[in-house]
Amino acid sequence: MGTLKPITGAQAAAEAMRQINPDVVVAYPITPQTPIVEQFASFVADGIVDTETIPVESEHSALSATVGASAAGARAMCATSSQGLALMWEIVAAVPGLRLPIVMPLVNRALSAPINIHCDHSDVMGTLTIGWIQIFCENAQEVYEHMLLALRLAEDEKVLLPVMVNQDGFITSHAVEPVKIYDDEIVKKFIGERKLNRYLLDVDHPFTIGPLALPDYYFEIKKQQEDAINAAMSVYLEVGSELSKITGNNYPYFEEYKTSDAEAVIIALNSSAGTIKDVVDEMRDEGKKVGAIKPILFRPFPYAEIREALRNIPAIGVFDRSIAFGAYAPLYSEIRNALYDLQNRPKIQSYIYGLGGRDIFKSEIRSCFNELLCGKVDPNIQRYIGLRG
Amino acid sequence: MNNKRSYKELERGTVLPPATSLEYKTGGWKVSKPVFDPGKCTHCMICVVFCPDMAIPVSEREEGVHGKDGRIFKGLVRLETNFDYCKGCGICAVECPTGAIKMVREGV
Repeated sequence: MGTLKPITGAQAAAEAMRQINPDVVVAYPITPQTPIVEQFASFVADGIVDTETIPVESEHSALSATVGASAAGARAMCATSSQGLALMWEIVAAVPGLRLPIVMPLVNRALSAPINIHCDHSDVMGTLTIGWIQIFCENAQEVYEHMLLALRLAEDEKVLLPVMVNQDGFITSHAVEPVKIYDDEIVKKFIGERKLNRYLLDVDHPFTIGPLALPDYYFEIKKQQEDAINAAMSVYLEVGSELSKITGNNYPYFEEYKTSDAEAVIIALNSSAGTIKDVVDEMRDEGKKVGAIKPILFRPFPYAEIREALRNIPAIGVFDRSIAFGAYAPLYSEIRNALYDLQNRPKIQSYIYGLGGRDIFKSEIRSCFNELLCGKVDPNIQRYIGLRG
Repeated sequence: MNNKRSYKELERGTVLPPATSLEYKTGGWKVSKPVFDPGKCTHCMICVVFCPDMAIPVSEREEGVHGKDGRIFKGLVRLETNFDYCKGCGICAVECPTGAIKMVREGV
């Protein structure tokens, strides 16, 4: 069931979009997201999908047109990276409030300045407070499968919120891997059609979308939005268990890798988690009890579940591929928050790595594990991996 | 606030019936309201002209109305402020030459 294809993470996102066959796709090319729309545009040109693509002059217009199409009732998608996300920001913030189920692959790239095209997570980390569901992917296979999951999650009646599906710029988006693409017929059945109870061009039943809401109603509307993203916690698992009937894979909030007896655990997002798991295997062979955790669903954040997973781990290292200037790093901050309710809290260390696409090496990860294993942990300082000191 | 709907009752995504701005009463924005004392009014129309929200209605009264010092004012007279649209800016109270309008804090 399914075919192995040698494709990149960007093409994996495009493959998912081919099977989703959205009514409208509006995206503006930006490195390293470009190959997603490039590949998808060829599907359109070859008549493989029924999608209407709209050429626009910027990302602000791209997401605006996507919003218009989605509000009209279409299944509409967009895709972007870094500066593109920054340029469409005004609309990015409006989508969750409008409760539009737009799925947008985000290929993570460092934010300017200085200008840089390589991977870090500074683009997505800026969006965490505005209401998009955030899913992170380690490799091309996860990109493909999480795109399918994201669509069903976004369109679920209890949720109706947009989802960003993150992958690492170049590392995942441009590296070719074998990706198992499941049969079109089975995936299309899983995806289904968007269910709507209203149509924009129904003149007999007109409505207003996106009205003014001042101090008397804005607050209530935001509370609704908060309830919706919290509802996404259980819907994520429901949709995931349905998808696993097709793929045989599981869709937990986060992946726990050899953590049950671990004395030190490193937590990291996206592709670096793969490298860390490799180091875990090597060190386990040497008899060292180390493990890894890879968060997948980052918004809403599974605080209680992370807390239970970390309860008995003596030392934890948290790897952030972005700085939260003047504050704890984004992932570290969440993990630290999750541990607050424990009586006996694990030791926890914040590490910053890989900004602007700087490589991280297995030897560096190994050094971090060794620090954690011998208790060289200070929760009040940030350590930097691969920074010239 | 009590007649307004809770977050559990609202349409999601702020999808509303069309043309609801007609039902929107901007008078809800005010903090202070103008209290009009007809016994001091000369119906000079200054407040009516200055009101930025056209919230002071007027009417032709052949029989006249009682005004300042018990006098009868005939013809065009001002009526009570329309509180659905008065935003409480206080311009009328500042401009009134006879001190017939006082701003009072609402809900106090």
